[in-house]
Amino acid sequence: MKRLMIWLPLALFLGALVLFAGRLMQPDDHLVVSKLVGKPLPVFTLPPAASDRAGLTSAQLATGKPRLLNIFASWCVPCAAEAPQLMALKQAGVEIDAIAIRDARPDVDAFLSRWGNPYTRIGLDARSGVQIALGSSGVPETFVIDGQGHIAHQHIGDIREDDVPKLLALLERAK
Amino acid sequence: MIAEAGLAALWFAAALALLQLALTAFGLAGGKSDLLGAVRPVAVAQGVLTAIAFIALIALFLRSDMSVLLVSTNSHSAKPWLYKFAGTWGNHEGSMLLWVTVMGLAGAAVALFERALRRDTHMATLGGQAAISLGFYAFLLFASNPFARVTPAPQDGQGLNPLLQDPGLAFHPPTLYLGYVGLSVAFSFAIGALLTRNVDASFARAMRPWVLAAWVLLTLGITAGSYWAYYELGWGGWWFWDPVENASLMPWLAATALLHSVTVLATRDSLRAWTVMLAVVAFSMSMVGTFLVRSGILTSVHAFAVDPSRGTFILVLLAFYIGGALALFGWRVGAVREGAQFQMVSRETMLVINNLLLTVILGVVLIGTLYPLMTEAFGHKVSVGPPYFDRVAGPIALTLMLAMAVGPLMRWRRDQAGVVARRIAVPAAIGLVALVTLALTVGRTIGVLPFAGLVIAAGVGVASLAPLWKRNLLRTPLFTWGMVIAHLGCAVSVAGMAADSAFTQEKLVAARPGDRIDAAGWTIVFDRILPIAGDNWTALQADMTVSRGGGTPVAIHPQSRFFTTPPTTTTEAALLTRWNGQLYIVLGQEADQGRWQLRIWWKPFVTFIWLGGALIALGGVLALIGRERRGWQHKWRGRRVEA
Repeated sequence: MKRLMIWLPLALFLGALVLFAGRLMQPDDHLVVSKLVGKPLPVFTLPPAASDRAGLTSAQLATGKPRLLNIFASWCVPCAAEAPQLMALKQAGVEIDAIAIRDARPDVDAFLSRWGNPYTRIGLDARSGVQIALGSSGVPETFVIDGQGHIAHQHIGDIREDDVPKLLALLERAK
Repeated sequence: MIAEAGLAALWFAAALALLQLALTAFGLAGGKSDLLGAVRPVAVAQGVLTAIAFIALIALFLRSDMSVLLVSTNSHSAKPWLYKFAGTWGNHEGSMLLWVTVMGLAGAAVALFERALRRDTHMATLGGQAAISLGFYAFLLFASNPFARVTPAPQDGQGLNPLLQDPGLAFHPPTLYLGYVGLSVAFSFAIGALLTRNVDASFARAMRPWVLAAWVLLTLGITAGSYWAYYELGWGGWWFWDPVENASLMPWLAATALLHSVTVLATRDSLRAWTVMLAVVAFSMSMVGTFLVRSGILTSVHAFAVDPSRGTFILVLLAFYIGGALALFGWRVGAVREGAQFQMVSRETMLVINNLLLTVILGVVLIGTLYPLMTEAFGHKVSVGPPYFDRVAGPIALTLMLAMAVGPLMRWRRDQAGVVARRIAVPAAIGLVALVTLALTVGRTIGVLPFAGLVIAAGVGVASLAPLWKRNLLRTPLFTWGMVIAHLGCAVSVAGMAADSAFTQEKLVAARPGDRIDAAGWTIVFDRILPIAGDNWTALQADMTVSRGGGTPVAIHPQSRFFTTPPTTTTEAALLTRWNGQLYIVLGQEADQGRWQLRIWWKPFVTFIWLGGALIALGGVLALIGRERRGWQHKWRGRRVEA
């Protein structure tokens, strides 16, 4: 019994060491995954964010056809980087709606005229309220919405070229 | 040039540490005792070299030498000089250099001044100290070189994290570090004693001042850190059980236990193996804390030097030192003979209870801190927050307070329960009066824990003064005063914590300039809001006048500060301290159309928390002076007799 007690601290320490080492080898990805994946969208109504596009309500995202909901901001550099991929998706016949986060109309207009406008509707979320309700933690993020207005998939970060076929496949499956 | 000189000094110091380790190893194990004569000068030279390296880094920061990577990423030419100075250790590399510097200087002090230890144990201790230092030198030189250059040199630098730009935080980390390093000396003593099979009362007397000093510095560091978080973060709380806070609390808990057990060993030659174990655990906790803070494996508000590769380095050091020490303990402790025996009813028993309770609290905090890691290994993400720590650690801490009240009133070796009960009667009666008074006045409006806290604080406060009863206060030894004041400090602190959690009143309003707000007996007039500029920040400042019960109005100015390098907003809460509490006002964001969010707290007796902390540290200082002075007096008398 006493011998056991003497070696117990070392055993506990070795256990902690294994835990630490395991954790170091898998650093945290820090991604906040939305709890709403697989659930209906929260109800919202947003005013227009750009001069030539209508605002966005959650009802408009449940019209029977799957679509993408892109969360972006004119001040966000990766959002500019993903613009060509969004244009490619639009060319492939995908309907894309957007929410502009903490933005102003002239800035959004300038952003769209510079990088292209793949969006059907753009809602302005001036205080990130809807973004938080969606469970999104940053820009850009893109949600795949099925025809019934359920969130089928959350894409965190900018859309790269090799993400395009994946998103098309997800949209196909969401039908 | 300065950077290169600093780096060279660091390399030389590392080489000397290697030499020091080799000299002690061959001298002790190889039986070549003439080698041991060189150990002490080498240790002193090593300390001097680390100091030179650290002074070089301070000089680089004060001169804003932006060609040094560390300076350009952590300082800014427009910074006030105090923060350029403090910026030296307000970052990963600089704080590690501070760590080895303090360790080097402590090693030099052990080499120069330690007289109580047997010679072979003294040398083994210096060898252990060199072995620990070597790991930290390697960490600095291979993984975090503070003197690395950058080309081209940037113009102005990126600036120190503005949260750190505060006098409190400029001096809080070095205080904690000094404490950690003091524990590393205690650790080396334990290693030395195990290696030379010399665990006895004289060993404990040699180790005690280091433990006391480390403990005082940890106490001050934690108290200062808590007050800093309270006024700088603007959320009105003083302890959040954040992993980084726990990282400083855990070594403190172990050091507190060690402080008491080392006294038992020094006075009564009991608890030998346990004391050695605690010395190992105390330093292990500071290393584990360092690892948790710097590896980024736990999510913390402090996000300090998050870097897995550095984490790996510290993990290897952890495995090596702690694993090695625990293995050495298991292998050698069987040879440590049991010390003196004692009766059930005795001060020793109370100190054992104190040690067990402190160890349990340490375990509770450690489990709570590591639990998210454990569950994540099984695929679940959880976070452990204040409710767990408060509910689990709180009752144990209050039990510990009771042991603290009774312990000093008992005699060493054996005592009689009836006599002890008589000694404790007055404090117990006062606790009972507090209980009845509180039950009749506030009764069920406050939580169980704060209620018990207030009652126990009253009883323990009186009990902690009882050892002075019927004594000639002038002839009472200084270390007795130290114990009394430290224990009183615990009661004062607990009273502050309980009062804050039981009676704090909070009000959140959106107010326009010109509005008048009534909160917790205070009248707050929101005069105006205006922009102001400081050395390297701009701020929005709210001018307010507050008054209570028709008293003289006082002007206060909560601010929301904006720093440009790097862009950060900090809260400067307005604090108004009165004898019975603090008014705490935070300026929040602009709500709408010229209305501003204001958070107003009235916190009764909250200052007692830190006042208690200061008393605890003061008690430690008095005990240290008292013990050491007695040692010096003996030495002087001894010398006079020899002459």
